[in-house]
Amino acid sequence: MRERQASRGARRVREFEVFVAGAAGRLLHAATLLTAEAPDDNPRARRLLTLALAHTYACWDRPRGEDPYDRARRHLVTRFAREAWHRHGGPGRARRQSPGTTAALTPQERLVVVLRLYDGMAEEQAAALLGLPADRVRVLCDRAVVALTRPPGTGGTRPRGDAVVSAVSPRPDEGRRR
Amino acid sequence: MNRTEREAAARRILEQRPPRVPTELYDDVVHRGERVLRRRTAVRRALWLVLLAVTVALAVWVLTVRPWVEPPSQTTPPVSGW
Repeated sequence: MRERQASRGARRVREFEVFVAGAAGRLLHAATLLTAEAPDDNPRARRLLTLALAHTYACWDRPRGEDPYDRARRHLVTRFAREAWHRHGGPGRARRQSPGTTAALTPQERLVVVLRLYDGMAEEQAAALLGLPADRVRVLCDRAVVALTRPPGTGGTRPRGDAVVSAVSPRPDEGRRR
Repeated sequence: MNRTEREAAARRILEQRPPRVPTELYDDVVHRGERVLRRRTAVRRALWLVLLAVTVALAVWVLTVRPWVEPPSQTTPPVSGW
């Protein structure tokens, strides 16, 4: 019994190692795009990825209804959305200047862009994951595409009317507490 | 530029400069994952223990109090000296 458990543990570790070897690069890239950090200096993205993968590891033995990549990505995205609201969010808060590719985008736009364009997820699926209507996802995606493809230095400041992660966050004054 | 081209351009921008995965990431992940699993096991064990304790307490109470036995009647005095 114990022996069988041990061999199952070994197989599980091997399977998980293969999964991490295959998926970690892509997930880390996605996390770095979310946090808008520089590719060589991304402590927040690494932390997000570590927690998401640890969660995947803990759920590894569950019946395989769901792809582990999907599960890790879902965990990563929801955690980022929550953190973005609590730590950096709140409408009207000044955005910190960050060096990453997606620095010009709001956290919500980054979420949409990473799911829709980087990962190629369907619009309805992304909307369901973020808890937004599909129309809203399309609008955010278009806006983010314009901001991304615009050469730097043009356009200047953008209007900031929208709540940052309104879908995942309960109250607008939550983010200013700290 | 139409919409598809713009999206393709944005995709290309996103794909630039992929970050390098740190080597210690895997060990850290397994370490944390094991901790989550251990914590879950501990919680499950504690819940089973609580359930067991409640069952034992109920059994003891039932066997000592015997709540199904009708209590002796208090309204009619026992008939004696007839």
